Amino acid sequence: MKFEGTKDYIATEDLRIAVNASISLERPLLVKGEPGTGKTVLAEEIARALDMPILTWHIKSTTKAQQGLYEYDAITRLRDSQLGDEKVKDVKNYIKKGKLWEAFESEKRPILLIDEIDKADIEFPNDLLQELDRMEFYVYETGETIAAEKRPVVIITSNNEKELPDAFLRRCFFHYISFPDNDTMQKIVDVHYPDIKSKLVSESLKVFYELREIPGLKKKPSTSELLDWLKLLMNEDITPEMLREKNSNNIIPPLHGALLKNEQDVHLFERLAFLARREDNQN
Amino acid sequence: MFINFFQELKQANIPVTLREYLTLIEALNADIPQRKVEDFYYLSRSTLVKDEKNLDKFDRVFGNVFKGLENIEEIETAEIPEEWLQLLNEKYLTEEEKKQIEAMGGWEKLMEELKKRLEEQEKRHEGGSKWIGTAGTSPYGAEGYNPEGVRIGQKNNKNFKAVKVWDKREFKNLDDDIEIGIRNIKLALRRLRKFAREGAADTLDLPGTIKNTADKGYLDISLVPERRNKVKVLLFFDIGGSMDPHVKLCEELFSAARTEFKNMENFYFHNCLYEYVWKDNRRRHAERLNTWDILHKYSSDYKIIFVGDASMSPYEITYSGGSVEHWNEEPGGLWLERISDIYSNVIWLNPVEEKHWEFTPSTQIINQILSGRMFPLTLDGIDNAMRELSMKK
Repeated sequence: MKFEGTKDYIATEDLRIAVNASISLERPLLVKGEPGTGKTVLAEEIARALDMPILTWHIKSTTKAQQGLYEYDAITRLRDSQLGDEKVKDVKNYIKKGKLWEAFESEKRPILLIDEIDKADIEFPNDLLQELDRMEFYVYETGETIAAEKRPVVIITSNNEKELPDAFLRRCFFHYISFPDNDTMQKIVDVHYPDIKSKLVSESLKVFYELREIPGLKKKPSTSELLDWLKLLMNEDITPEMLREKNSNNIIPPLHGALLKNEQDVHLFERLAFLARREDNQN
Repeated sequence: MFINFFQELKQANIPVTLREYLTLIEALNADIPQRKVEDFYYLSRSTLVKDEKNLDKFDRVFGNVFKGLENIEEIETAEIPEEWLQLLNEKYLTEEEKKQIEAMGGWEKLMEELKKRLEEQEKRHEGGSKWIGTAGTSPYGAEGYNPEGVRIGQKNNKNFKAVKVWDKREFKNLDDDIEIGIRNIKLALRRLRKFAREGAADTLDLPGTIKNTADKGYLDISLVPERRNKVKVLLFFDIGGSMDPHVKLCEELFSAARTEFKNMENFYFHNCLYEYVWKDNRRRHAERLNTWDILHKYSSDYKIIFVGDASMSPYEITYSGGSVEHWNEEPGGLWLERISDIYSNVIWLNPVEEKHWEFTPSTQIINQILSGRMFPLTLDGIDNAMRELSMKK
């Protein structure tokens, strides 16, 4: 079982090694990186490439570790007991399986994506240590132990909003998706829009990287924003010439709303553009 | 096998543990890197480094420990010139041309010539047969044909890539040494938490249910709101001058901990608190807030945290008109006293080391006004400060 990237997803060499190591050694893979560099998509693509089922557990600030294992609905059971419902006799009827449980039960080796683990409470990763390590847990209400039939491939993503505990990190492989360089970016664009004119791509990549270089931007545009922008450019039939033109009089790239998502950034950019133009005119 | 490497990493302050080392060995046993240096680099990186801050340090150590590898790669290249030729720019040369090139002379002569031409050459060069550049027939430069050629700055050569990957040091920008970890700070700030029940009733109230059931004779379930943190904090940052580097750190720390508090507001002042504070430092002169308004607006159950180095002239605290920036009607010390009269939980965090405090009179004065509630900005200090803040008075 080996992940080599897919036709829709360009995986760099180092990412491939990290993924394959985590698959064959059965340890979780922690993926970090700038927003929009394809962290979440990675798990879906691995699932597609290796033909494995995927289970996604989206983490929110209110998510508790226990919810990933199971939840015992005591209130419904209490209500049911008043009504004399037959279901009440079996506690199993009131246990809701969590994503981890589902993954452990899967007949085919699944991929479990724990998305944005840093959103949860600071102790959250610690509460999952044993479960991810041994791939088993104990259900107190029914007294059974749930163990994984086939150890799932665990992919964890983090946006760095909170630091993760060391004990948790020690058990993972780690990969930082760095921002793609020009060549890789070209490949990514080719994969997504195969029939786009190559001149348009190279012009827009130039604009895009220039934009990323501007100091003081609150949110630098990322890969996913570039792809959106290209789609818009294609829809609007913008020509490479129009993109280049911005150097002379119309200095703000067309449809910049797809790249800059923050009005302060747009202001900053407009101000810089204005200054640049004034300098041009003086010369 | 790689104990030396492991030790070097430890010495470079990368937090590696035995467990991670064993994982690496296990992965090597499982043949994950296919006997390529590059693969080994990627594998060891993803096993041993768990924070992008440390990636650059790792690259440096790796480059250092496995320095010899570079040479091995080179020797291999020399043995298989055919492969070398395949990497060429698909340029066809006539027999005659090839002979010409070979006639240039031996190795030493080539090096000598190279030096000379490097001196002569000023611009980037492509094609041609004399200058150093790409895709030419000169013995110097990349991707050209010359069996005796010298390679300079060749971009796409696979044999060199492995070494280059960690020499590139792309993660340089991510390396920063934060003295106090954000996680540690947050754990310390957690002491402040005070839970109260507010909002929608969605958790089972067990004692309430038992009581109601017993009272009424049938099962009556009652729910209560979930417990939530209700700590409210006002932060005052000293900004401008010596404090600026610290302020950024503190702001990050506290904003990272924002979720821990119900309400948190930031204000800025310069050196000492006077009749005005401001919320946005860029517009500090345009948008000033009256300190009285703040004291009236926020009720006395707010907790007050000052962050500042408290280093100034004593006049700035004790005299009217002592401020360095404007004419203040009332001395700064009076404002600090007002604050500590209204709010029972007030502390001052000082990034200056505690042992230096006694040499600055202004630090001592402020500490006195706040009855000794000044704490150093260290883990221990924050811990004590939070304990002080959470005390009920």
